[in-house]
Amino acid sequence: MKRFGMFASALLLGTMLAGAAQAKTLVYCSEGSPENFTPAMNTTGTSFDAARPLYNQLVEFERGSTNVVPSLAESWDVSPDGMTITFKLRPGVKFHSGVNGFTPTRDFNADDVIWSFDRQWKPDHPYAKVSGGAYDYFNDMGMPDLLKSIEKIDDLTVKMTLNEPNAPIIANLAMDFATIASAEYADFLMKKGTPEQFDQIPVGTGPFQFVAYQKDAVIRFKAFDDYWGGKAKIDDLVYAITPDNTARYAKLKAGECHVMGYPNPADLEAMGKDEAINLLQQAGLNIGYLAMNAQKPPFDKKEVRQAINMAIDRDSILKEVYQGAGQKAKNLIPPTIWSYNDAVTDYEYNPEKAKEMLKAAGVENLQSDLWWMPVQRPYNPNAKRMAEMMQADLAKVGINAELKSFEWGEYRKRLQAGEHQMGLLGWTGDNGDPDNFFFLRGCDAQGTPASQNITKWCNKDFNDMLFQARKLSETADRTKIYEQMQVLQKEEAPDVTIAHSTVFEPIRKEVIDYKISPFGRHEFYGVDIQE
Amino acid sequence: MLRFFLKRVVLTLPTFFALMFVTFLMIRLVPGDPVEVRLGERGISPERHAELLREMGLDRPVWQQFADYVWGLFHGDFGVSIITKTPVVREFLTLFPATLELTLCAMIFAITLGIPAGVIAATRRGGIYDQTLMGLALTGYSMPIFWWGLLLILVMSNTLHLTPVSGRIDLIKYYFEPVTGFMLIDSLLSGQKGAFLDAVRHLILPTIVLGTVPLATVARMTRSAMLEVLGEDYVRTARAKGLTWRRIIGLHALRNALIPVVTVIGLQIGTLLAGAVLTETIFSWPGVGKWLVESIARRDYPALQGGIMLISSIVILCNVIVDVLYGLINPRIRHAH
Repeated sequence: MKRFGMFASALLLGTMLAGAAQAKTLVYCSEGSPENFTPAMNTTGTSFDAARPLYNQLVEFERGSTNVVPSLAESWDVSPDGMTITFKLRPGVKFHSGVNGFTPTRDFNADDVIWSFDRQWKPDHPYAKVSGGAYDYFNDMGMPDLLKSIEKIDDLTVKMTLNEPNAPIIANLAMDFATIASAEYADFLMKKGTPEQFDQIPVGTGPFQFVAYQKDAVIRFKAFDDYWGGKAKIDDLVYAITPDNTARYAKLKAGECHVMGYPNPADLEAMGKDEAINLLQQAGLNIGYLAMNAQKPPFDKKEVRQAINMAIDRDSILKEVYQGAGQKAKNLIPPTIWSYNDAVTDYEYNPEKAKEMLKAAGVENLQSDLWWMPVQRPYNPNAKRMAEMMQADLAKVGINAELKSFEWGEYRKRLQAGEHQMGLLGWTGDNGDPDNFFFLRGCDAQGTPASQNITKWCNKDFNDMLFQARKLSETADRTKIYEQMQVLQKEEAPDVTIAHSTVFEPIRKEVIDYKISPFGRHEFYGVDIQE
Repeated sequence: MLRFFLKRVVLTLPTFFALMFVTFLMIRLVPGDPVEVRLGERGISPERHAELLREMGLDRPVWQQFADYVWGLFHGDFGVSIITKTPVVREFLTLFPATLELTLCAMIFAITLGIPAGVIAATRRGGIYDQTLMGLALTGYSMPIFWWGLLLILVMSNTLHLTPVSGRIDLIKYYFEPVTGFMLIDSLLSGQKGAFLDAVRHLILPTIVLGTVPLATVARMTRSAMLEVLGEDYVRTARAKGLTWRRIIGLHALRNALIPVVTVIGLQIGTLLAGAVLTETIFSWPGVGKWLVESIARRDYPALQGGIMLISSIVILCNVIVDVLYGLINPRIRHAH
């Protein structure tokens, strides 16, 4: 019977589709299947991309940038002491209707906001354990420590109280994990006895609504007529799951998809020449760096760290390892993030001077290790090759660096424990806030380096500024502090900032208004297709 | 006959046990666990790591996990994927029809071309046909699947525009819910005009790519079996009787020559399923091969264990069937046992 029902609905849908033959369909060649459709539980870009058309957050990143703009919250006020944030919610926001037999009886309101955060926060929430219940990002972004309470003032007002002033939290709320779901849909499924469907058959307020998902094959969405921001320009959005990057490019060339993610670097040249394709590019929100362990001599000496900065020929690394798909990093933050200080003077490649400085610091015939990660990362396409080139550069100034590596999980753990002298790592930004990068060189109040700070460098001035900036809510005030921090960091040189890799995204020429995202997101609301 | 059959079935039991053990152990020997492989630069606190492993049931001693796994298997429970939280059997059944459809098509492709090619080569032994066909077969046999697939896409799809690049159906033109999971059947059931032909067009390249190695094997096997049979006394007798060449080949020689070929075809099922992993990746074919590869990357132990057990069971079952068929065709085998 069920089969027959599916068959009948397929027939009906088929007829409907045939009737609307002129519908505009955009096909995105995605790289894999999502784990589920609940961003709060996911950690991969693939899963976030799959859920993004369906949902909104209180605030969101403006498409193609890291700016935070209003979304489900029309506005927000931060109290003078920075301890409370009051959100004014957007009235008249509709949830998708008709998905999985659910028809919403009310508009979006404060209950949905409370429900969505409580699921990740309160272990006694009815949905806390549904579908496994691991809320990685909520925990990783430190939300349990930051939040004191979230209260409903009225249907369209929510008050968030913090444990300490924290300006970057607004940027956190634009991240995918902070997606707002429908509390009413959750109740509906709980009553039906199928709560796990909440994460498989999603209902949200987003510009597209869910139609169907076939594992490893396709995800289908259709434009939501009642979207609060206005109906999308395309009618149907299709994710054609295509795991092989060469096959994705072949499909793009053949017109079987309009946009593809994660091109094979070897294909970039051909893509650039292809007349049917626009190759978009942007500096990625990331940094690849070499960390020197400031707790291990002689790296505790600033002069030694500076000398190593001068000994490494980053231009050659950019050419050979990044093959041009990267830009030399002067600061820890990439230039796409506000407060980037372009006035900072970078170290010149100067092995002679480096040698002199090492000699002056009393360092001769230094034996060190140099760790490289065994995996390709967005900010470092080939850590082994990079380490080999650095080894050669260091040998020229009399440093004998021994290359070392471990399995990825082990590698990261040991670096965080500070077992290395020199080690390669990097970072991909989460929310476009400078704090999301500078915390990588942060320490706690007692001067113990945070586990993420693999340089193990603790500088009181730097740390004080880091904490001070978190307490200020005005971007202009924070900018001044971050600019100073960049100057100080360059002078102290706990690391060699190597490169920000470039993100490429090929799209077909008929696609209009697609914007490449610094976060590596793929977003289709506002995109159109020329017929 | 029944005794022979039962004996064959009993003989597969050690294979099953070995498989259970090996699939369980191998994936655990791969460094990293399902929590760790998901992490980026941020890492995780040891407490949270332990908590997540506990939630997945991976904190218990390995022997206990193994016992649970075996216990589950005996009760038909293949476990639940720790990534998608879906029962492994359900995931498998969603994806397997795609693999089966592709494998069957590749098999039909290999047999319908391979046997005639082998026969032609054998009957014209040493001639230009023989040399060309066997040269091609050797090339096909040594063809790296990945390279072959991409080459075909480049030529057939991107340059000549004869076939679609990948997928199972044109996603812009057609949409229907899967009923059987077999795209050829579902496209017919959908009643949408042109859907069936489109599904066929999508099958062409993956079928050729996956069927190439078995095609070469079947052709070579048919040729050597035919050559052997053609030298037999009864073939000479048949010729002496003045039977037509066609009748000799078709009726007397081929039927006997096919006996070893059937075995080879049975053994090809394993090869086909292994080849499906690569073919599915190149052609974005939503089958079990790709799913298994992903499960390794994600350290999704239950999905991998369950998936391999299910596929192996199918391969083993096919081999038993082939053995039994072989016994039916060739009484000498049956009685030798």
